Amino acid sequence: MNNIDNELLKNISDDNYVKPDVLNIRKNGEVLERKINEDINIINKKDLSGIDVFVKERTSLAVLQIPVIITMGGLKDTVYNDFNIGDNSNVIIFAGCGIHNKDSHKSVHNGIHRFNIGKGCKVKYIEKHYCEGIGDINPTTEIYLDDNCKMEMETVQIKGINYANRKTKAVIGNNSSLIINEKIMTEKEEYAKTDFLVNLKGENSSVHVVSRSVAIDNSNQEFISNVEGNNKCYGHVECDSIIKDKGNVKAIPMINAKHVEANLIHEASIGKIAGEQLIKLMTLGLNEKEAETEIINGFLK
Amino acid sequence: MLELRNISLIKDNKVILNDINIIFSNDKFVVITGPNGSGKSSLVKIIMGIEKPSSGKVILDGKDITNMSIDERANIGISFAFQNPVKFKGITVYDLLKLSLNKDVCKRECCDTLSEVGLCIKDYVDREVNGTLSGGELKRIEIATVMARNPKIAIFDEPEAGIDLWSFQRLTSVFNALRKQSKGITIVISHQEKILDIADEVVLLQNGIIEKIGNKEEIINSIFVDKTCCLGDNNE
Ligand SMILES: Nc1ncnc2c1ncn2[C@@H]1O[C@H](COP(=O)(O)OP(=O)(O)OP(=O)(O)O)[C@@H](O)[C@H]1O
Ligand SMILES: [Mg+2]
Repeated sequence: MNNIDNELLKNISDDNYVKPDVLNIRKNGEVLERKINEDINIINKKDLSGIDVFVKERTSLAVLQIPVIITMGGLKDTVYNDFNIGDNSNVIIFAGCGIHNKDSHKSVHNGIHRFNIGKGCKVKYIEKHYCEGIGDINPTTEIYLDDNCKMEMETVQIKGINYANRKTKAVIGNNSSLIINEKIMTEKEEYAKTDFLVNLKGENSSVHVVSRSVAIDNSNQEFISNVEGNNKCYGHVECDSIIKDKGNVKAIPMINAKHVEANLIHEASIGKIAGEQLIKLMTLGLNEKEAETEIINGFLK
Repeated sequence: MLELRNISLIKDNKVILNDINIIFSNDKFVVITGPNGSGKSSLVKIIMGIEKPSSGKVILDGKDITNMSIDERANIGISFAFQNPVKFKGITVYDLLKLSLNKDVCKRECCDTLSEVGLCIKDYVDREVNGTLSGGELKRIEIATVMARNPKIAIFDEPEAGIDLWSFQRLTSVFNALRKQSKGITIVISHQEKILDIADEVVLLQNGIIEKIGNKEEIINSIFVDKTCCLGDNNE
């Protein structure tokens, strides 16, 4: 591992970085480093590029780190990572993709992450993306939550990614809940699309999607969500965007109640920074630019 | 010394302030009172630079600051607590207070500073400054952001609104202390007798005009004499 690798890893890691129990670093399409333990095993897929992760039942609080780094131009890397999490386990998974591409050829990363989560699990999944140079990302996340689970997913993409097409699909079992927090900031000519498809299948299943995004310069974003209530369930989708300059955000929400006890809410708001927020911070001595930065940083925190 | 000279404000062809002339001397605690819609908030917003006067000048210590921006005024020591505190998304009470103090203080220090001014916020220092805070809590935080700046000119727009009786008593003693120790000017918009009591001067504003400047008794008496003050505009 060289300095660039380390720098990229740091950029896609959590600020309160915890040392992982299990690790799999993928660099330019190859496994660079792997660490497993007696509760968690990682094996390479046979027919496809990627890994299968197996977490034993009743694994208590394990931290996994599955980052991808790309330091080559013109690389198209598609990877399938499957997480099979045994009943009653508690895991935190850090994933993400760091691209450092000083080449003029575009690098592309397609990460397909599938979670098969057993009964009574608690899972936190954190995904960060970072790019220097020209890079596209197409992350797909599929989540299958069995009964009595709690899952939290956090995704962060702050500037630098030319093109991102994100798909998230979830099927939620009885008494299980999924919370998704998404933060996106695009600038220049960047484009980001995010698409949620959630099936509230189980009785008392719930989902809460909070998407906050900022589009500045000429950047473009699309937010699509489709939450289907197929049982007694609760779904809440919030899409909140700040636009600046010629930034453009399009939100297409859909909620579909197919059960009389499905309770689904969608809230979407798009607009520029509220004038009174700017004024308040200016009365504290910040100039307009500083106030703007403070408001955006807070919003995406 | 702060002087408003021939200040007028016209919005949508409506005269909101009409040729206001007033001098705020140093060390003075001035209370502005008057009916709803009389232009009190507009007047103090002109001092902070939030509203631009249609004509007239704002002069601070002999210097014309009429064209200064809000942040420039903040940096020369003018501070303003909003009548309706602004809400944010993602910005916490702690973040806001750090910005107000303009230095990187730890939470403990932050709370200490505020306890000193009678505002204990340790229960909600990590909360976001949004609608989940109660009206009174938001109001206290708003006041705290001004106190934290230790301003030369401190402006409070109806600080008592939404504050419970117990906190209100603390608030008046805070203002009292502020009045005693401050070398600057404190301007408070208020309708509370307790606050009028501690004022060096009370300004009565009506229909965008300064009706009277005097002590509490004089102002209260003139309110009772002049009925229009109590009737307001919407009583036709
Ligand atoms: N943008 C605007 N366009 C037209 N009229 C306005 C505008 N902003 C304020 N006004 C009017 O100016 C008048 C003074 O408003 P201001 O907020 O200064 O009153 P106030 O004395 O602070 O009232 P209150 O006691 O209710 O806080 C009001 O009649 C208000 O409706
Ligand atoms: Mg007012």
